[in-house]
Amino acid sequence: MLGEGILKGMAETARNFVGSFVSAERLTTVQYPEERIAPIENTRVFPFLVYDTADPEAGLRCVACQICEKECPPKCIFIEKSKDKKPDFVGKQQFYPTRFDIDISVCMSCQICVEVCPFEAIKMDTQFELATDDRFGGLLMDRKELSKSNEYYHHIHPTEAAEVDARLDEEKAKADAKAKAAAEAAAKAAAAPAAVPPAAPPVAAPPKPAGEGS
Amino acid sequence: MIEKMDQIFVLLLHWLVSYLPASLQAAASTLLSVVVIVCLFPALFAFAVWMERKGLGRIQNRLGPNRVGPFGLFQPIADGIKSLTKEDVVPLIADAPIHFLAPVVLVVAVFMGFAVLPMGRNMVLVDMDAGLLFYFAMGATTEVSVFMAGWSSRNKYSLLGGMRAIAQMISYEVVLLLSSVSVVMIAGTLSLPKIVEAQNHYTWGLPHWYIFTPWGLAGFVMFAIAATAETNRSPFDLPEGESELVAGYFTEYSGFKFALFFLGEYLAMFSISGIATTLFLGGWSAPFSFLTWIPSWIWFFAKLEMFIIVFIWMRGTLPRLRQDQLMNFAWKFVLPFTLLNLFVTALWRFMGEGWERWVFCSAILLAAYVVMGRVGMNRENFRPRSYRYAE
Repeated sequence: MLGEGILKGMAETARNFVGSFVSAERLTTVQYPEERIAPIENTRVFPFLVYDTADPEAGLRCVACQICEKECPPKCIFIEKSKDKKPDFVGKQQFYPTRFDIDISVCMSCQICVEVCPFEAIKMDTQFELATDDRFGGLLMDRKELSKSNEYYHHIHPTEAAEVDARLDEEKAKADAKAKAAAEAAAKAAAAPAAVPPAAPPVAAPPKPAGEGS
Repeated sequence: MIEKMDQIFVLLLHWLVSYLPASLQAAASTLLSVVVIVCLFPALFAFAVWMERKGLGRIQNRLGPNRVGPFGLFQPIADGIKSLTKEDVVPLIADAPIHFLAPVVLVVAVFMGFAVLPMGRNMVLVDMDAGLLFYFAMGATTEVSVFMAGWSSRNKYSLLGGMRAIAQMISYEVVLLLSSVSVVMIAGTLSLPKIVEAQNHYTWGLPHWYIFTPWGLAGFVMFAIAATAETNRSPFDLPEGESELVAGYFTEYSGFKFALFFLGEYLAMFSISGIATTLFLGGWSAPFSFLTWIPSWIWFFAKLEMFIIVFIWMRGTLPRLRQDQLMNFAWKFVLPFTLLNLFVTALWRFMGEGWERWVFCSAILLAAYVVMGRVGMNRENFRPRSYRYAE
C-alpha cells in the first residue's frame, strides 16, 4: 500500500525518540568535559621522558644519544648533549640532555622515537588536553615539561611499564653481577701482587673498573 | 469566567485602546495586534528551533543542544546573537538591491499571511471575506522572494536552488489551492473565521471537523503534502539541498539576512500549519464538546504545535526526494487525486445527509488511492532505477 513505508519509518524514528529517554543503551553520548571515559591502555598522544627516583634532573633516563632525534620523521625533537656526564640507573656514567624539546605541533604521534630508544627513556603520554593560546611557545615542550616519573608511566600504561621495569631490573641485575664479579676479580688481583696500581679507585667507586674490566 | 478567559486578549485590547481618543482607536487596535503577531511568532520560531534541534537529536539518539541555559533553552538566543554579529557578505557581482530585498520580501509576505488567520474566537486581525484567497496570494509572493534570492546572488548553486524552488512551489501551489477548494465548496465561504465557525458544532460530543469526513481526510493529506513542499521542509527541501547545492538559494546569504530567511521559512511553516488547522482541524474549536471550556486560542496553538512536531518528526525520518520524483509525485499522483477529491466533495455535497454518502465517498477515494498507488509504483520511473553501465 502506498505510504506504508513512510509510516514504518515514522514508527522507527518515534521508537528512537522515546528510546533515547528511557534506555541508556541508545543514548551513547558522553558529555565530555563533565563525564569522561577512561582512556584505553594503549592510548598514545605525544612522547614524554621517563625519570626514576624522585629527582627529574638526576633520574632522567635519557642519555642524549640522539637516536630519536635522527629517527623522528617530522623532525620535531631537538636535543643538546651535555658536556659532562652523570651516572645512569645502572650507575654507568652517561651524557644527559641539557635541552630536550619536542614541538608537539609538529609531532605526529608515530611512536618511532619510543621504538628506537635503547634506554626506555621516551614513552607515549595519554595527556591530550594540550590546547593553548600560544601556538609557538605553548606547543614547544621543554625537558622540564616532558619529564614525568616512572610512577606516572605505571599509572598510564601499567602493562607496558611493568614489562619495561622487568627488563631494566634484569639489565641492572646483570650489570650488578658483572660489577660484583669484576670487583671480586680486582680485589683478588689487588690482594695477590700487592699494592702496585693505585690509579683508578679515587675517580669513581665500583662501576668504573667494571666497565673497564669487561 | 470561562468566557472571559476565552476572550482575554480581545478584552485586553479593547481595554488598552479605550484610553485613546475615538479617532485613533481603530488604528491603535490594528497596530497593537500587529505588534503582538510580529513578536509572538518569532518567539514561537525560537522555541520551534529549539524543539527541532532537540527532537532531531533524540530521533538520532543524541542529546541535542544542552549547553546554553537549562536544557539548552537559550540556544536560540545564542544563535540570534551569533547571526547578528556575523559579517554580512554581499557578493561583488550580486544584484545588491534585490539581494537585500529578497529576505525582507519573504518575511513581510509571510507575516501578511498571519493577518487573516483566526487564532481564537474573535481573534483575527482582518476578517476578510476572501481571507483564504488573500492568504494564498501572500503565500505565492514568497516564491518570488525565493527566486529573487536565487537570481540576484549570481551564483549557480543559488540559481539552481531558486529554479528548483520555483518549479516545486508552483507545482505544489496548485495542489494546495485545489485541496482547500473542497473546503470552500462545503463551507460556502472564503472567510477563514466562517470556515472555522462552520466546523464548530458537535454531534455526540464529537466535532464536525472536515478531517473527519472522507473528502476532508483525503484533502487534508494532500494539503499536508503540498504544505510540506510549499514550505521547503524535508523531504521536499530540494531548493536548499545542502548535499547538492551548498545551501540552495541562500548560499550567498550570511549574518542576519540568513537568519531572516530562516525565520521566514519557519514562519511560513507556522502560517501554513495555521491554515491547515483552520481548514481541516476546526481552527480554534475544541476536539470534544466537553473541552470547550478551555480557551479557544489554547486549542489553536496546541494544534499548531502538533503540526510543528509532525513536521520535525518527518524531517527526522524521511530522506530528500530527487527532483524528478518530486515532479512526478506532484503532477502524477497528488494533483489527480486532489482533482478526484474535488469531485468526491461535490458528490458529498449533493448526496444529502445519510450514511450512503459516507460509504460511497470513502469507497471511491480508497479505491483510487489503492489503484493509483499500485499503478504508480509499478511505473518505470517510480521504481528504483537500474544503471546499465554502473554496476
